[in-house]
Amino acid sequence: MSALLGAVDAGLGTAANVPVTADFSQDNGWIWLLKAVALVAFLLTSVLIAIWFERRVVARMQVRPGPNVHGPLGLLQSLADAMKLLVKEDVTVRAADRLVYVLAPLIAVFCSLLTLAVIPFGPEVSIFGVLTPLQLTDFPVAVLYVLACASVGVYGLVLGGWASNSTYPLLGGVRSTAQVISYELAMGLSLVSVFLMSGSMSTSQIVDSQRPLWWALPLLPAFVLYVISMVGETNRLPFDLPEAEGELVGGYTTEYSSMKFAWFFLAEYINMLNVSAVATTLFLGGWRAPWPLSAIGDGVLNTGWWPVLWFLAKVWGFMFLFVWIRGSVLRFRYDQFMKLGWKVLIPAALAWVVCVAVVQGVRQFADVDLRTLLLAIAALFAVVFVVALALPEGRRPEPPRRRRDEPFDPFAGGFPVPPLPGQTLPPSPRKDRALAQTARPADGPETETPEVTR
Amino acid sequence: MSAALDAAVLAPAVVMSLTESGRTTTGEAVLFWVIAPITVVAAFGLLFARKAVHAALSVVLVMISLAFLYVAQDAVFLGVVQVVVYTGAVMMLFLFVLMLVGVDASDSLVETIRGQRWIGWLAGIGLGVVLVSVVGRATWATPVGLAEANADSNPVGVARLVFGQHVFAFEVVGALLVTAALGALVLTHAERLTPRRGQRERAVARVRAGGPLTPLPAPGVYARSNAMDVPALGPDGRPLEQSVSRVLRVRGQAADSPGTLVPTTRPDGTVTLAPAGSAGDAGRRREVEARPDPTVGRDAAEAGSDAASDAASDAAAEGVRP
Repeated sequence: MSALLGAVDAGLGTAANVPVTADFSQDNGWIWLLKAVALVAFLLTSVLIAIWFERRVVARMQVRPGPNVHGPLGLLQSLADAMKLLVKEDVTVRAADRLVYVLAPLIAVFCSLLTLAVIPFGPEVSIFGVLTPLQLTDFPVAVLYVLACASVGVYGLVLGGWASNSTYPLLGGVRSTAQVISYELAMGLSLVSVFLMSGSMSTSQIVDSQRPLWWALPLLPAFVLYVISMVGETNRLPFDLPEAEGELVGGYTTEYSSMKFAWFFLAEYINMLNVSAVATTLFLGGWRAPWPLSAIGDGVLNTGWWPVLWFLAKVWGFMFLFVWIRGSVLRFRYDQFMKLGWKVLIPAALAWVVCVAVVQGVRQFADVDLRTLLLAIAALFAVVFVVALALPEGRRPEPPRRRRDEPFDPFAGGFPVPPLPGQTLPPSPRKDRALAQTARPADGPETETPEVTR
Repeated sequence: MSAALDAAVLAPAVVMSLTESGRTTTGEAVLFWVIAPITVVAAFGLLFARKAVHAALSVVLVMISLAFLYVAQDAVFLGVVQVVVYTGAVMMLFLFVLMLVGVDASDSLVETIRGQRWIGWLAGIGLGVVLVSVVGRATWATPVGLAEANADSNPVGVARLVFGQHVFAFEVVGALLVTAALGALVLTHAERLTPRRGQRERAVARVRAGGPLTPLPAPGVYARSNAMDVPALGPDGRPLEQSVSRVLRVRGQAADSPGTLVPTTRPDGTVTLAPAGSAGDAGRRREVEARPDPTVGRDAAEAGSDAASDAASDAAAEGVRP
């Protein structure tokens, strides 16, 4: 425990008043171009692999082989699918709003490509003799920039749904707006506690502040909230209501075909990679090696190109989580989904932010040790708990007790129920009838009493 | 209208003056002259767009262009937060309402508030005065310099201003927004007169009503033709009238299913397949209809009303015009 507290203290100690840790002073135009092209290439190939990965993992969970024909282990299946999408007929609905209809997939894809620019893949490395951080750029509000790109990207979905001029896409678009409004709030609030603890909104600084301890541990509630709302933000099962195929045919993608549809598809998978990368950077220490590895050789695995490996491993861990959730959880009903967002996630996120802010404020202004403060909070909770136990409980209304001698009526609630322990079924009228029939077979159905249902 | 015109006219003037006093770099000026026309065109798009969604899109474009300008002027926090809050949340709410309610150009433009125009003019003039004063203060005051303003990083500088110098205005605006939200809640709040019917209550009512609990069979299943108007055949071979859409049945458009073969008992006791609607089958159908309704009983009234409302909603879903 004390080691953990010391780690948090040390993490806070590093959060100085430097806005951005990464040093881009040696970068020139070629390095920038190289990094940007590498990012786009990384995203596009990762999407191809992600689609294959998802299909294989879901297949494994459903005890079937999945794509295994094209290429080794079926790796080229996504490539074949992409080619097929490219050469499909591109249908434009006649009643569609042409400009917006074409613009919508573009918005979705371009905005999703922007996010990774501020995500650090590693520390400073030497590229062709130039010392540069493995990150395209960083600035004091980089995480807010990520949120901004995500929120503009949703316009693609919404406008696509509207511009199709069709009922199901419109419903999908409306759902998408409601979803982004409700889940972005929870998402933003869960990020605020990370900002408070690391004292910065720049990604490189946040990674730097997690040197002894990843924020996922001390800020566990915020981490859980972020993971839930990131699934909602990317429209993945169980939150894929804008394209719920059981209710809305294909939601906002219903009227899209060929490459325009492929762009929505691409945007969804890039967004999954994006939110995974953000979660890794903010909560799982970014490119830093996990604990036993970070201790090897005085942190040699945290230098050079090694960190890219840890970063990718963490990102793909989140991708696996996405697939796992998709493979095991059913889609929410829309009202349940909204209730979860507004009545559970947002209040929980607000309460957590207030807690973190109070702790941070007391530490900053009252000069109290973190351990003393946490002990005081624990004592407060203990007192509240004891008082709650000591308070006389309000008398609960006693459950209506069924008397033994009362005859059990299986149809009392309107439909037949089996007897509970201690109850016995009344003798069946049908049994008597059957006995009577076997006794007097000659009477036949004429004397049969009408069937009693109750 | 006046606000957009003010912005369109004043903004270039401000930048011209700033360029002359040597505080704007060439790159920033180029960026401005690329983005400013887009912003102005988008602002006019808001005024003249015929479709409400196009107007909303124009506002989005204006906001994003302004965000670019803010970032170029080292107000990074303001620029990004403008996109997150206004483009991402506020305009998204607008779009939500537009798409949900379906505001159209054909909607009536009758002014319902008395003196609306005068209030509008007053508010417009007030906004103009504020804009002019802001521009004046930016133009003629001695600048501190961006380096000093952003000394403790841009967000911290903004925080100092918002929670220090302007905290009262900030709180007042917050109170105003909370009041508006509460007012909207009060105006749209309606007491619930009947108990809420959730999934559980509906299931209980459905079982009580005694109707079919499973989804109705699709038309044409096991029948000779799988057309919409041909009733499905049940496991006993009899046509299931319920499987044909209620609309078709009400309109009398359900197939009489003369071609459907159903098992029929002949007078001599043998069972053969015969076209539906033959004498034996008709008799059997009558017998089926004459069977006592299981819903008759304590809950008959409720069940009846329930079934009626279900039928009405079915009809609405299928687009029936009475």
